[in-house]
Amino acid sequence: MSKKDMKAYWKENLGYLAILLSIWFLVSYVFGILLVEQLNTFKLGGFKLGFWFAQQGSMYVFVILIFVYVRLMNKLDKKYGVDE
Amino acid sequence: MGILAWTWILVGITFALYIGIAIWARAGSSKEFYVAGGGVPPILNGMATAADWMSAASFISLAGIVSFTGYDGSVYLMGWTGGYVLLALLLAPYLRKFGKFTVPDFIGDRYYSNTARIVAVIAALIVSFTYVAGQMRGVGIVFSRYLEVDIDTGVYIGMVIVLFYAVLGGMKGITYTQVAQYCVLIFAFMVPAIFISFQMTGNPIPQLGFGGSGEDGVYLLDKLDGLSQQLGFHEYTSGSKSMIDVFAITTALMVGTAGLPHVIVRFFTVPRVKDARISAGWALLFIAILYTTVPAVAVFARIKLIETVSNAEYAELPDWFGNWEKTGLLKFDDKNADGVVKYVADKATNELTIDRDIMVLANPEIAQLPNWVIALVGAGGLAAALSTAAGLLLVIASSISHDLIKKIVNPKISEKGELLAARLSAAVAVVIAGYFGINPPGFVAAVVALAFGLAAASFFPAILLGIFDKRMNKEGAISGMIVGLTLMFFYMAKYKLHWIGDPAVDTAENWWFGISPEGFGTVAMLVNFVVSLVVSRLTPAPPQDVQEIVEHIRIPSGAGEASSH
Repeated sequence: MSKKDMKAYWKENLGYLAILLSIWFLVSYVFGILLVEQLNTFKLGGFKLGFWFAQQGSMYVFVILIFVYVRLMNKLDKKYGVDE
Repeated sequence: MGILAWTWILVGITFALYIGIAIWARAGSSKEFYVAGGGVPPILNGMATAADWMSAASFISLAGIVSFTGYDGSVYLMGWTGGYVLLALLLAPYLRKFGKFTVPDFIGDRYYSNTARIVAVIAALIVSFTYVAGQMRGVGIVFSRYLEVDIDTGVYIGMVIVLFYAVLGGMKGITYTQVAQYCVLIFAFMVPAIFISFQMTGNPIPQLGFGGSGEDGVYLLDKLDGLSQQLGFHEYTSGSKSMIDVFAITTALMVGTAGLPHVIVRFFTVPRVKDARISAGWALLFIAILYTTVPAVAVFARIKLIETVSNAEYAELPDWFGNWEKTGLLKFDDKNADGVVKYVADKATNELTIDRDIMVLANPEIAQLPNWVIALVGAGGLAAALSTAAGLLLVIASSISHDLIKKIVNPKISEKGELLAARLSAAVAVVIAGYFGINPPGFVAAVVALAFGLAAASFFPAILLGIFDKRMNKEGAISGMIVGLTLMFFYMAKYKLHWIGDPAVDTAENWWFGISPEGFGTVAMLVNFVVSLVVSRLTPAPPQDVQEIVEHIRIPSGAGEASSH
């Protein structure tokens, strides 16, 4: 793998990380903590929305994030011919 | 058949299974001992990681904590799951590519320094020992409650079992027993939860059930908010902690999770980088099954408990109340001598003291589930405690035999000699852990929660910067780890253990930035980052070959097998 390819691969990887970690931050820290009271004025069935994010929603999103990351990275590895 | 008979049968069957697996999966080489030969399929590694991760505390205490703190309990739910996202995205694939046996291996090689290695070994030992003592105690407690032996006997039985499969099987034995233990513990946790959810809401899925309503058509959470306020507690779905503290504790737990050596090392056991990524996904999925059920159990249990005991005639309470009173987990003190249980937030008039662990342990009885379900909870609690203890003991053993003996004291040690050293250190670690389990030093319970802060303050920045900052050098990493650890220790000693300073002054009002000792790992971690970055820029860049290692670990191909050189 050439130096240039390596740089490009790493840059795309960092781009994915930035997006996925922003979502990670949003669902837990923003929805579950910082804006919890504002969101609690909305309801999702019997759940107050902020409470739901803190005790349910954030965890569902965490699981999805990792599987999305795996998919993205497997594709990226193939694109640059570094998969095993 | 009675509960006790069922418990003996279920515990007997599961223990026979664990021992059988241990004999089948003996470690034949040091590589099998440290990383299970590097050939564990990702989905099984995910299960083993989940069992390794979920301790007696997760299984027994967490639902109770959430039950009594409501929204405040979210810090544990988000903190202990969100860390896996960091682990999967930022650490696991690169550490797997690096391909060594232990966390100090990475720190020592990446920072080309035995000083860094020793700092990492010390941090790994501190974190793992504080954590394992609590597990052995947990084994003892579960035994004593379910099998009616005393706690010490329970710890001895647990020691023998762990000794058997950790010493014999090493990581290989531990991995496959953990897979079995995950199945036992998740089954044991879910069965009562599903029963109770269906009983209370008509919906068998607990995660949905606790957002539903009971027979009276009132949403359970609204009902609980109302009940809590009536009794003088804070509203269940709102918190009582300050926002900054909730933020800090969540961060410390997330980052600490990603920095715990016994979790990280599990990702050395899979064959390829992509397997490390996906096994983190499986691990979190398996963990989330339990963790998303926990808040549901918390709500069901609390409502059932309040409805059963609050303002009830003491003489007419069901049998389970008396049974758990005997264990000391429930205490009724009829202050106004009217024979009626008064359960309120006000300490002066409250007559009922409830241990939080009862929310999981007694829940099946409170919900009048069949005896085999009640016994199952005991087997599940044991599986959770044993699997975590074994994972921690392995980290302790490999820190000593591999990082200290092989890498520093006697690099010429033979393969056979190293394997023997690993087995001996595991055996010694079991004995020490058992000792702490029988004679728990007062500070252990306080420190277990802080193990995360220590991991966050030491390992996480050093590993992360080692991967993402090519310019990071040994001076930066070592000073960062030392400053981070020292600061965390100082804060713990001052505000949690009160070993230094004046306890009268070191109260919550004087916490720095309003952050509790549990959340302080976040501050110590930030300080570690700043110190590392500043010091590294003022000192020479790492040597060329180290910079090449960094480039090498960023690319997944050619991971090869984990190796010791």
